[in-house]
Amino acid sequence: MTPLTAYLLVAALLFAIGLAGALTRRNAILVLIGIELMLNSANLNLIAFWRYGPHPEALTGMMFAIFSIAVAAAEAAVGLGLVIHIHRHAHTTDLDKMNRMKG
Amino acid sequence: MSFAFYLVAGLTLAGGLAAVLLKNTVHCALALTVAFAGLALLFLQLDAQFAGFAQILVYIGAVAILIVFAILLTKGSETPKDGVFSRSWLAGLAVAAAVFAILGWAVLQSAHVLPHEMAVPQVTVLQIGNALMGRYVLPLEIVALLLTAATIGAVIVAMHEKEGRK
Repeated sequence: MTPLTAYLLVAALLFAIGLAGALTRRNAILVLIGIELMLNSANLNLIAFWRYGPHPEALTGMMFAIFSIAVAAAEAAVGLGLVIHIHRHAHTTDLDKMNRMKG
Repeated sequence: MSFAFYLVAGLTLAGGLAAVLLKNTVHCALALTVAFAGLALLFLQLDAQFAGFAQILVYIGAVAILIVFAILLTKGSETPKDGVFSRSWLAGLAVAAAVFAILGWAVLQSAHVLPHEMAVPQVTVLQIGNALMGRYVLPLEIVALLLTAATIGAVIVAMHEKEGRK
């Protein structure tokens, strides 16, 4: 098994773990944690392809990962702000109980 | 593959699994921090020092703290009586397993055509800075705008509503 294959398999497993968390947990914050894990595993793919692919000096994969980290930080801030707002409004973070769009 | 890779990969995956499976939400956030640290170590193993330290600063320093704050502000650390998994957890687990099966199959099928450069890339922070200010200056400005908008948006969304105004 080449190193790139091993890194890609680890990233795929981490992505599946994050997806399982996002799909099965009831707490909205835990769903956001699952999404963060998925974003991070995508970053691991980008960095692994940058390291083992041709022309690493062009920095393409590295730049992609850095911008992805920045976008994920913005996503986390807005997502947690929304969860806090919904908790103040509906007094729950349980997604099974959030079944109305009207407040 | 080296022993260090298996150690760090195991740590990362264990952290991720614990973050998804544990009952107490605060414990989940701490396990998530372990997974982030493991990923940073994997980045360092891949000779991406800048990305590794950015991962530590942004994820462990900011995102994990933000998640702990959100958990404490929403009293999410109390374990609900009727379980932590949703009613349709079996379907979610099946979808995740199917996604992993397809991804793993695709990776293993294409293993012989994947690139395999062994030379360690020599990339300095100076080169990354030059690239950010040169070729990638437009994405950098867009990300700066996005972060500003996200900060303002998060503050406005999470702000207390005034009395009498709905």
